[in-house]
Amino acid sequence: MTHQEPQIVVLPPNKEKIKKLWRVALILLLVTMGEFIIAFTLPHGPAKTFLFVILTIVKAGYIVGEFMHLKYEVKVLFWSVLIPMIFIAWMLVAFVYEGTKIVTY
Amino acid sequence: MSQTTAAVSPGKSVWDGGTSPMGVSYGKLMMWFFLMSDAFTFSGLLITYGMVRSSNPAYIGPVKDFFFATTHWPIPEKVYDAIPFVHGIELPLVFVGFMTFVLIMSSVTMVLAVEAGHRMDRQAVEKWMLWTILGGLTFLSCQAWEWTHFIIGSGEGTPMSEVVNGQWVQRIVQGANLHENQYGPPAFADFFFFITGFHGFHVFSGVLFNWLIYYNAATGVYDRRGHYEMVEKVGLYWHFVDLVWVFVFTFFYLV
Repeated sequence: MTHQEPQIVVLPPNKEKIKKLWRVALILLLVTMGEFIIAFTLPHGPAKTFLFVILTIVKAGYIVGEFMHLKYEVKVLFWSVLIPMIFIAWMLVAFVYEGTKIVTY
Repeated sequence: MSQTTAAVSPGKSVWDGGTSPMGVSYGKLMMWFFLMSDAFTFSGLLITYGMVRSSNPAYIGPVKDFFFATTHWPIPEKVYDAIPFVHGIELPLVFVGFMTFVLIMSSVTMVLAVEAGHRMDRQAVEKWMLWTILGGLTFLSCQAWEWTHFIIGSGEGTPMSEVVNGQWVQRIVQGANLHENQYGPPAFADFFFFITGFHGFHVFSGVLFNWLIYYNAATGVYDRRGHYEMVEKVGLYWHFVDLVWVFVFTFFYLV
């Protein structure tokens, strides 16, 4: 029994796309370095935490949008994944607020 | 690759059957929904950390005078200040910064493997998958060292008070386990083990999946199949592991 290997056409690298991916990587690294600097320069407090959360969401946006390609998927898929994340935001607000009302010591 | 343009006949919607309304294959869609459920699991862990942390008193005072005690939550940069092979030098967050760099880079090599898969370039897929596996293994090795350091403890330990037979007794606590630790309240170490452990297990299984993809690519499975969509699916999982680390890094090591 002979098996015919299918003809495979290898395309050349998509230079533009690869360049864009490396640019996203650079942005992620720069934001992380920025967070690192903020960690040692700003005093601890709600403002610092808020800034960290914003920067983290920026990084998450780049990872999910570009690396995971969600930005270029069909809108139905995009929103099906994104909208349920509202529950996480609510869970965060509710539980951390509750936490400040509990005394454990 | 799997982007199918839905050809819909007039008078019918994409939901009437015969087309893929989400524009992705079944496997990829299910990977997305699995990752959503996993996002909820990790959120549960991280938010519980936030809740317990906010229910404990925070340390008040200048950072340089910080001391470990069960009465306040530790400042992360005072806990994670060591790197391998160097003793006695305080390098706060440097090692975990390196781990973050490794994981982000392995995410980049993964997305390059996906790009190579779109072009049916088997050799490039193999190359980038191997780099991704190397990144994952490096991260796991770093975490193994970090856990060891955390468990054994550093410095002289911390004197902690406890009641034994109705008497307050001071005892030096060295290192960390689920019952006590030298860094602060017992819950602090518990969350460290659970959250970084759960994430580390995801990295571990991700490395296994990546190895499987590399093996299948190298043996020509995807060439025979005619597409490299499996690289994309496992790529989604690997990026998600990186995504979770971004949040763990912020909420566990920075805030």
